[in-house]
Amino acid sequence: MHEYSIVQALVERVAAEARARRATSVHRLSVRIGELSGVEVDLLTTAYQTFRERTICEDAELDVHLVAARWECPACGRAIGRGDLLSCPACVVPARLAQGDEIVLDRIEMEVP
Amino acid sequence: MCETCGCGDSNIVPVDVHDNILAVNDRLAAHNREHFRERAVVAVNLMGSPGAGKTAVLEATSCRLAGRQRLGALAGDLATERDAERLSAAGITAKSITTGSACHLDAAMVHQGLHQFPWRELDYLFIENVGNLVCPAIYDLGQAANVVALAVTEGDDKPLKYPVMFRKADLVLITKIDLLPYLPNVRVEAIADALARVMPRPLYLPVSATTGEGMDRWLEWLGQLRTARAAGEPAHQHATANALDAGV
Repeated sequence: MHEYSIVQALVERVAAEARARRATSVHRLSVRIGELSGVEVDLLTTAYQTFRERTICEDAELDVHLVAARWECPACGRAIGRGDLLSCPACVVPARLAQGDEIVLDRIEMEVP
Repeated sequence: MCETCGCGDSNIVPVDVHDNILAVNDRLAAHNREHFRERAVVAVNLMGSPGAGKTAVLEATSCRLAGRQRLGALAGDLATERDAERLSAAGITAKSITTGSACHLDAAMVHQGLHQFPWRELDYLFIENVGNLVCPAIYDLGQAANVVALAVTEGDDKPLKYPVMFRKADLVLITKIDLLPYLPNVRVEAIADALARVMPRPLYLPVSATTGEGMDRWLEWLGQLRTARAAGEPAHQHATANALDAGV
């Protein structure tokens, strides 16, 4: 279950940001997880509940925003439907994933002196 | 101190980051990639389920390239050194990366694996990932290309069930095709159709490590990858040029 290593990287990043700002605690984290990122939100949340103990994130809520996958033609912008062939029927070019592969830390709310 | 009223309480401040959570891994992967580029070593991240035939493909590759190309392998393995032993016996300079409970390799493990390993003398470095169709897909290792082995015995619906893995593939090796006569419900055409719904550039090669069928095409692809890397092209550009004529 790689969600534990994702959470480890997340907590380490938050700790580094908190140190840089001499934060005394962290209240909330906001992350964006894409549908095609390979990260399961439920597993990520479970891993976070376990891993945050005795870290700067111990009392921090985790807000997870799931981003739906969206494929489109890079040339004409036409949307490629879910389950369709990943090629634009008009332009005959490979589709591009416009969104849905995010594993992103967006925002940290921290308490500073 | 609180700037609103000067009460002495701490401030809660929002800090915008908007950065990949795996940024540290990605930086280390870029470091590995730079190492490989400097020494003209073509690194291939070989992924697939346990039993998909990753090691067998590399053994068969070594048989055909022995004496012509210098092959090396880092084999990710949960608990044993069996794959590295098999690869060494096949003439590949091989070393295990024993991951313990980790279900994937990451860039740090690969970097560590390069220590005390003569990777600079290689033409190709195969990074045989831990057998798993989920976790390895999200970690950049510094490879020139991702190759996924999919055995026909796994059924033709695996690309649709594991889209993340196949989306990341530059090439899919459809392995064990010598077993197709015993699998009346599995058709390569159905696998190809499923791949085209999860891979924007669906490049695949049917191969059998046992009979050797398709291995020439695989070696040709490896040769083209080396040429493309020398010219500084990303793997997918190279793949696009061959996407239409790669299938059966």
